[in-house]
Amino acid sequence: MMESPYNATELLICTAARLMEDNTTAFIGTGIPMLAASLAQKMHAPNLVTIFEFGGTGAILESLPLAVGERRTFHRAVAASGICDIIETAQRGFVEYGFLGGAQIDPYGNLNSTVIGDHSHPKVRLPGSGGGNDVGSHCWRTIAIMRHDRRRFVEKVDFITTPGYLTGPGAREAAGLPPGTGPYRVVTTLAVLGYDEDTKRMKLLATQPGVSVEEVLENTGFELLLPERIEQSQPPTEEELRILRDEVDHDRLYI
Amino acid sequence: MEILEEGLGELIRPPDLNAFREANRAKPKAMVDKRMSEAEAVQRFIHPGDYIGTELYGTVRCPMSLVNEIVRQGIGDLRVAGQGVLELDMLLAASLVKALDITYIGLEVYGVSNCLRREVESGRVETCVEWSNAGIAWRFKAAAMGVPFIPVRSMLGTDTLKYSAAKVARDPFTGDPVCLIPALILDVGLIHVHRADKYGNAQIDGISGFSAELARASKRLIISAEEIIPNEEIRKRPQDTIIPYYLVDAVVEAPFGSHPGEMCYVYERDEEQIKEWVEASKTPEGAQAYLDKYIYGVHDHHEYLDRIGKERLERLRAMVPGRDA
Repeated sequence: MMESPYNATELLICTAARLMEDNTTAFIGTGIPMLAASLAQKMHAPNLVTIFEFGGTGAILESLPLAVGERRTFHRAVAASGICDIIETAQRGFVEYGFLGGAQIDPYGNLNSTVIGDHSHPKVRLPGSGGGNDVGSHCWRTIAIMRHDRRRFVEKVDFITTPGYLTGPGAREAAGLPPGTGPYRVVTTLAVLGYDEDTKRMKLLATQPGVSVEEVLENTGFELLLPERIEQSQPPTEEELRILRDEVDHDRLYI
Repeated sequence: MEILEEGLGELIRPPDLNAFREANRAKPKAMVDKRMSEAEAVQRFIHPGDYIGTELYGTVRCPMSLVNEIVRQGIGDLRVAGQGVLELDMLLAASLVKALDITYIGLEVYGVSNCLRREVESGRVETCVEWSNAGIAWRFKAAAMGVPFIPVRSMLGTDTLKYSAAKVARDPFTGDPVCLIPALILDVGLIHVHRADKYGNAQIDGISGFSAELARASKRLIISAEEIIPNEEIRKRPQDTIIPYYLVDAVVEAPFGSHPGEMCYVYERDEEQIKEWVEASKTPEGAQAYLDKYIYGVHDHHEYLDRIGKERLERLRAMVPGRDA
């Protein structure tokens, strides 16, 4: 078998980066979203406005931040404020995209990053919401980035840390969340997924290079909607990989 | 107001706004020299069972020299508002935390906190009340505003709300559900800043995190500063003062006070030291050995810095790019 010219993390970063549009606002969390935002700025989205939860707005990601509050999150930024200003900006509707992760995701895009098992006697205590819940509540379109397996893609998450479409159509609005917001895409090691407009359930949009639809279904712990046409994601280009390896993550901290 | 849903979590510290007003009225307004050591500040102002909060967080402009001193003095049964990395890890590793209003405790790029896992999964931390990140910051903001709660649109519809102490009410103006976040008044707040004068007027460079809110939500406030500057310098740039002196009870001069975290424009984070903690904290024995070496085994912050070594600290300082970079 031929060795793949890129690894799973590089695939996630390149796929997520392509979803970042120039001249839009994007809420960036630790890890893969930072790498994707940096890559996007160096490729097709030089005017991507990065937003970091502890106060950085419009940083130029020349080198890779290691944390959401560190100096690179306001390097050559247009503003350095604080967490209340940033989340209130999202609450007022200024932030288009939000990038999220979690230990579990369900068919409605609800995410768990709080506990595995029961909250009062957890099997595993995870870090908690952090900004996740705020991003999932206020950003217009949220994009989850996940490794794809049955432990992570589950029918019911142990704990809804961050709201997806909750129980289905109309549930976000009924709960008081801003209308028109919610999950938009899930980028995984196996696929790119979206949501059905009527049922708000997750559907397969594209498979990653070399991955079959069956493989995606086998690794998903719930019924995935299959539209008639399923695309094939394009593999990372040489140019993307070169920039990612030589410029974005020169020190190979993540990739 | 019609209440639609109530979080099951304990309201660990119900806000007493009138008592807070009285305490603020009684706070000395004279400009007096409040400089003291970490040991004195912690001993005088932090007591077992207190509800404390730190700002910003573990690897960024965090009052690590003060947190280390709390561990050194073994002040326990603490209630803590938790958005933390290394600083809360230290308190958890030393089993000093009894209850948490938690939003995030982890090691960022290095994954979950093993100290948090051990303390919560064993039940040594008795209470974990969940909040979003802004949820906790807004709780400080409500206290800073002097109001009992503020309505927000985070947390709605989730288990984060169900296991919080927030409530969902029907907005009396629009009829829509809205999340009410209760004010959080701290016994003690701890903030590390770039510079302060001896009275406590404090200035921060770069992002301000939630320093303005936490400072105003604290009954007692301990400031540590990289540098103590003359009052005259503060008065030249009063627009930069994020914390005025009358909020402050103690001022501690702490160069490299955020180590191993970073201080923007002053020094970079110490990756080597952070990785040492990440490795050590994987086991209780490792964590204990780390505390022995870097906290219990040194007398104060100066000795801690000696242990880290001047050369390494200077290297962290030299790694900082200039503002024009």
